[in-house]
Amino acid sequence: MRQYFGRKLLIYALTFFAAVTINWMIPRFMPGDPIAAMVARANTQQVEAAAAMRAHYENLFGLDQPVWQQYINFWGALLRGDLGVSIWAFPRPVTDLLVSAVPYTLALLIPAILLSYWAGNRFGAFAARRKFLDNAVLPIGYILTATPYMWLALLLAWSLAIVAGIFPVSHAYGFELTPSLSWEFIWSLITHWVLPFTSLFLVMFGGWAIGMRNMIIFELEADYSNYLQALGARRKLVRRYAYRNAVLPQLTGLALQLGTIVGGALVTEIVFSYPGIGFMILQAINSQDYFLLQGAFLFIVIGVLIANFIIDAVYTLVDPRTRTRLQGAQ
Amino acid sequence: MSQSDQLTPPAEKEAAGTSTAGVPAPAPVTEGRRGGDTLYFALRNKKLVGGFIVVLIMALLGLFGPWINDNSPTDYIAQPALPPGGEHLLGTTMFGQDVAAQFLHGMRATFVVGIFGGGLGALVGMTIGFVAGYRGGIVDEILNMFTNILLVIPTLAVLIIIAAYLKVRGVVAEAVFIGLTSWPWAARAVRSQTLSLASRDFVDLARLSGVRTWKIIVREIAPNMSSYLFMTFILLFGGAVLAAATLDFIGLGPTDGMSLGLMLNNAVRWSALQLGLWWWFVPPGLGITAVVGSLYVMNVGLDEVFNPRLREM
Repeated sequence: MRQYFGRKLLIYALTFFAAVTINWMIPRFMPGDPIAAMVARANTQQVEAAAAMRAHYENLFGLDQPVWQQYINFWGALLRGDLGVSIWAFPRPVTDLLVSAVPYTLALLIPAILLSYWAGNRFGAFAARRKFLDNAVLPIGYILTATPYMWLALLLAWSLAIVAGIFPVSHAYGFELTPSLSWEFIWSLITHWVLPFTSLFLVMFGGWAIGMRNMIIFELEADYSNYLQALGARRKLVRRYAYRNAVLPQLTGLALQLGTIVGGALVTEIVFSYPGIGFMILQAINSQDYFLLQGAFLFIVIGVLIANFIIDAVYTLVDPRTRTRLQGAQ
Repeated sequence: MSQSDQLTPPAEKEAAGTSTAGVPAPAPVTEGRRGGDTLYFALRNKKLVGGFIVVLIMALLGLFGPWINDNSPTDYIAQPALPPGGEHLLGTTMFGQDVAAQFLHGMRATFVVGIFGGGLGALVGMTIGFVAGYRGGIVDEILNMFTNILLVIPTLAVLIIIAAYLKVRGVVAEAVFIGLTSWPWAARAVRSQTLSLASRDFVDLARLSGVRTWKIIVREIAPNMSSYLFMTFILLFGGAVLAAATLDFIGLGPTDGMSLGLMLNNAVRWSALQLGLWWWFVPPGLGITAVVGSLYVMNVGLDEVFNPRLREM
């Protein structure tokens, strides 16, 4: 057990190390003079903002210091939680901004991932080898999974929010409201949440349904399924065994898909001006706020690493083989 | 999302440690007859043929479209916000740019990104997968560790950072960066395939007769999993197209051209939604969906062609 998670943790630690190094290297080894370009392109009207930016960059880059020293300084600032000061929302610290944005992103991502995973797998398993449903699932599933997240979000925003006027089109809650624990505010939060959630849910749903459908067909052709059928087991029982086996690769698939899913959430937030990390990234790009951008990058990496670790843990719970192997290793 | 990963059950299965069947059984190629068979089933596979036709139409639109409709995609040439029909087939944008011209140029960019990005991703992934799977030992350990690390890093976030620091962004450069970050899952899949082939008799024979390593890989191993490699390329192609669309939509698209993602970005930025200019944002998304969806459907068709067990009787 310890060995398994130790190895996983080592990989994640190395990944984090690599991500931070990338984050440190990119502005440094891009062609041109990054500091001048960044300060110039920030195009800020506030003199003190430009000065703070230049000072911070110079401090961060520490051009008079040797490279290894600069690299260590970068880690030092990072471990203190200092990701710099935002240009877009000067003078708020980047860490602050991102911490306040994270709940919105998670509120979209977690329900969308869990529900689409559950519903997609169920539906795909149900549809497999049922002529009529199967013929419907395949095309719809492939269309959904090939749809760019932002396009589906745009279609939903246009049809349900603007043309039909059922849902609000942007932001996380009504402008006239101040955050409070009133029903009115909560209702506003929910209505604003529905469309971005639905669009994320639908794209992912297609992917899981197809994946599961293919896996179930695969499992139903395996020897153990044929054997069970030959013994005269009920169809339902055979399918249940097939499902339990098919869920495992789907879980690995979820881990592999995390990066793409997060990317989808980012663009969905942009479409709906939903104030999560994706919206921050858009603001950062529009106002050339590189601290905010690089901070958002680190937040995403950390989030994906944590999610990966959770999936690993779930996997050992779900797969009896991993479990026995782990116990054997003890 | 780009379902590259879950569309390749064999690799997943291997990762999950369950059965290893279902991969187009890598048997030594007996030329001629096998090829005839493959073609026979390929032409009768509705998914493969249908998907291929859609992709071909889109490719032709991208290739020849910009010459037939020679309006510039970026110039302001007509009245703003014209609805579709008439002289401008897909209407015009808020600034009087021709949406049809933008679509055709964008489609061209889509294929450029797919071919270069997907191709480069396949090349890197296959090289690393072959070397790791064939050499084994410490080389495998190191490459595998490297692959696993990159597999966990959210590549889109890396692409965003890189693109944000580039002052001039072209479609090809974008494709290169996407290709350089999209290969890890392909490397892992190719590696596990190579592992199962590397211990076959014909590979041993080649090794005994002193054939050099790269020649064994190119001559003996790769041809026996060519169908698998081709499918990997298709999935990487689709993934690259979606990744590029996402980047362009965020506002990190080409600075010197037009792409479908950039059209979506412009439409949102200049409130096409609120103004009801649906012809500005429906065609680009539809184009991407058509290309990527057809590629995925083609892949299922190919799977059925190469793997007799999946064929519908």
